[in-house]
Amino acid sequence: MFLDKSRQLRQNCSGQYTMSKVNSAANEKERKHIVKETETILKRFTRKKQYLIPILQGVQGKLGYLPRESMLKIADYLGIAAIDVYSVVTFYNQFRLNPPGKHSIRVCLGTACHMKGGYITLDAWKRRLKIDSGETTPDREFDLDIVACVGCCTMAPVTVVDEKPEGQVEPTRVDGLLLGFGYEEGKKEKEKSESK
Amino acid sequence: MKASELPAAAVFREIKERAESHVRELKQNKTYIMVGAATCGRAAGALDVLKAFREEIKKHNLDCPVIEVGCMGHCYAEPIVIIGKPGYPAICYGYVNPVIAERLVNEFILGENPCPEFVIGALEANDMLPSFQDFPRAEHEQKIVLKNCGHIDPADIEQYIAAGGYAGLAKILGMAPQNVIDEVKKSGLRGRGGAGFPTGIKWQYCRDAKRTPRYVICNADEGDPGAFVDRAILESDPHSVIEGIIIAGYGVGARYGYIYVRAEYPLAVARLETALKQAKKLNLTGSHVLGSDFSFDIQIFQGSGAFVCGEETALIASIEGNAGMPRYRPPYPAVQGLFGKPTVVNNVKTLAYVPRIINNGAEWFRGIGSRESPGTAVFALAGKIVNTGMVEVPMGTTLRQIIFNVGSGIPNKKSFKAVQIGGPSGGCLPEAALDLPVDFDSLQNAGAIMGSGGMVVCDEEDCMVEIARYFLEFTQRESCGKCTFCRLGTKQMLELLADFTQGKGKIEDIDLLEKLAGEIKAGSLCQLGRTAPNPILTTLRYFRQEYEEHITLGRCPALMCQDLIAYYILPDKCERSCDACVGECTVEAIYSHPKKRYKIIDQEKCVKCGTCLKACPPQYNAIVKLSPPSEVPEDNLKEKAQKSKP
Ligand SMILES: Cc1cc2nc3c(=O)[nH]c(=O)nc-3n(C[C@H](O)[C@H](O)[C@H](O)COP(=O)(O)O)c2cc1C
Ligand code: SF4
Ligand code: SF4
Ligand code: FES
Ligand code: FES
Repeated sequence: MFLDKSRQLRQNCSGQYTMSKVNSAANEKERKHIVKETETILKRFTRKKQYLIPILQGVQGKLGYLPRESMLKIADYLGIAAIDVYSVVTFYNQFRLNPPGKHSIRVCLGTACHMKGGYITLDAWKRRLKIDSGETTPDREFDLDIVACVGCCTMAPVTVVDEKPEGQVEPTRVDGLLLGFGYEEGKKEKEKSESK
Repeated sequence: MKASELPAAAVFREIKERAESHVRELKQNKTYIMVGAATCGRAAGALDVLKAFREEIKKHNLDCPVIEVGCMGHCYAEPIVIIGKPGYPAICYGYVNPVIAERLVNEFILGENPCPEFVIGALEANDMLPSFQDFPRAEHEQKIVLKNCGHIDPADIEQYIAAGGYAGLAKILGMAPQNVIDEVKKSGLRGRGGAGFPTGIKWQYCRDAKRTPRYVICNADEGDPGAFVDRAILESDPHSVIEGIIIAGYGVGARYGYIYVRAEYPLAVARLETALKQAKKLNLTGSHVLGSDFSFDIQIFQGSGAFVCGEETALIASIEGNAGMPRYRPPYPAVQGLFGKPTVVNNVKTLAYVPRIINNGAEWFRGIGSRESPGTAVFALAGKIVNTGMVEVPMGTTLRQIIFNVGSGIPNKKSFKAVQIGGPSGGCLPEAALDLPVDFDSLQNAGAIMGSGGMVVCDEEDCMVEIARYFLEFTQRESCGKCTFCRLGTKQMLELLADFTQGKGKIEDIDLLEKLAGEIKAGSLCQLGRTAPNPILTTLRYFRQEYEEHITLGRCPALMCQDLIAYYILPDKCERSCDACVGECTVEAIYSHPKKRYKIIDQEKCVKCGTCLKACPPQYNAIVKLSPPSEVPEDNLKEKAQKSKP
């Protein structure tokens, strides 16, 4: 439930860190898609500020994250400043500012999992995917994040892979799971250098 | 006579009769199968088991309902299945998989072999199989809010009604609202959301604040990263919570109810949605509930994952569409809450007790538990304990009884070190505190809190400094940033603790930490900030020596802190011809001694993942953790130097 993104906001408050990066549509086609989906969601709500969070949840449910275009549209619709939308988005752990990967990796760092080495598992994922938690791999295959207790502490340490909790995910299991996705270390680089 | 003219009791009687005949049809004189499919069960593969049963039943063309139920609390043995067959007691099976499912159908349901090898226990005492009553834990357990969990289908309102559900609602509709509040006051029920505030008194405040409309909010935010009781109740018995909300609504004179549930609990949300629809259909909510003058509607609000939103004023801000930041109290929400109107905020468990209190009477409830804390305590047991899962015991049961009798103690022959209660706001209690009776006040005196019901057991391999750091990292991240002390103070404390776990601390820092803790307690607005130092204060109080060892010797006695340990292969023990660890190491840090053939860990490459330690065959057991890392013998490091030279 807690994403590393929230850390960025808290640190914004103390003025020590930079703002979280807002992502925009990559091209016109994507922009149109974003606008269309956002409008469909907006139609379900009246223009009351109390619907801001359900609207954001709806849009993220459709798009997987909250791009700049959506936030602006929502602000406009509710008649509130864009910064107010941004501040709510960055306050809550649930909302993402970057597009999700094809596969989502959520490492449980609830108390039980932490004590059974969840942090070691997280390191292993970071090492293999070469990203930090809260990030998406450049090829948009995987995104990595942490969650708190998902309720299967018996199987700690747990990683939720594409919504399915996997138990006893230790570093070797990390490699095993990645292998299951046909992702081997160095494979991508090799392919690249071969195609050159 | 029109339905709306019938008194509520008569309308309800009809509903109840229908429900009872439905359940009779479902289960009586018939074989039935119940599969526990709450989140933890699903994670362990309960849905596959469910499918396997359904397929087998269909294949053999049997008249045997396969019912999806919630969580029985025996999470350690998931997936769990209960089979009822005429002529047998209802039997509970554990660790079921599709293959076992098939066998159970063929041997027990079609045959007469109850397959004792898969049995955990029978639900009733009998002379065929051991029953739960024979377990040592049965002596301590008493189920009130967990009573239905795992025994009824949460998606079938009639099973809840047949089990006595909604009778409390039917009863109070014939009572004056003030009498409902009086009954709850008399029961001595205290809020289970953390602080233990008397529920009846809170309701009275709300009722006495004359403005309308009033609201009831069920707090299902459950942000403690080690607790899952509220979720399990919502997934397994959502109607008991809904009934509690309606009764609270009637008592305080509210028109609307909200359930604030975390969006990260998708199954709980789905169960609630179904349950609310069913309740509305039977007119248990909506306008003129059961034909009375009382109208009440409930809606779900999905929280977006911020620990601080569990705090009632932050929760209200969040429903209003704002960032969830707490505000100063008073005014309390009971007087001025949602949209400025009187609002009762109660925890899931608190509300789940209410129907039972109404049904059985305040006296009954008072008779359970201790004087100042009547009723039961519900905990999510996790960590280094054999029987992980949910336990419900009368208040006043000791920690030792919960951990060793109900939870069956510490696995792998390790010894008990501490128990963490109350999550990020709670504390770590040592062996010496084990005979403490569990209730709101005694836990508080020991420095922990009842909190949301997370109980995490630590063994000798868990480092107390690291646990304090873990919780501080959590609160620091979750601080909403409103108060300077909470925002910056937690950050400072976290930095100090991180230094300790890296062996960089100074001995004076311990005093600094204590001073900061006091200031943060005094200078923070909400309980998040005020309780954030608890994990540090309790570990300092009971395990100070461990802090000192980290600082002065750079040593982590529990061998947990990554920066203070090194993995080392004992040359004498390493079996030359074995290379189990070499292949397992995820970063290829292990190599053979060029001449002597034993294995050596390249300390610079090693990322301390611990894989090799598990890979080394138990008969050799050659890999150990050393702390501080300087314990690794010089010559072992030299080998590396030699190797790197061509
Ligand atoms: C940081 C923080 C988090 C909280 N989280 C929860 C929670 O997850 N669930 C809950 O019921 N109460 C939580 N509370 C307590 C609520 O503020 C409130 O006291 C409680 O919901 C009242 O219900 P009760 O009277 O039934 O205990 C939290 C309080 C604080 C300060
Ligand atoms: S104590 Fe912390 S979490 Fe609570 S209001 Fe202040 S800053 Fe926010
Ligand atoms: S601890 Fe991990 S990284 Fe280090 S040697 Fe062992 S397997 Fe390799
Ligand atoms: S702490 Fe990870 S599943 Fe509970
Ligand atoms: S037995 Fe299912 S959640 Fe625990």
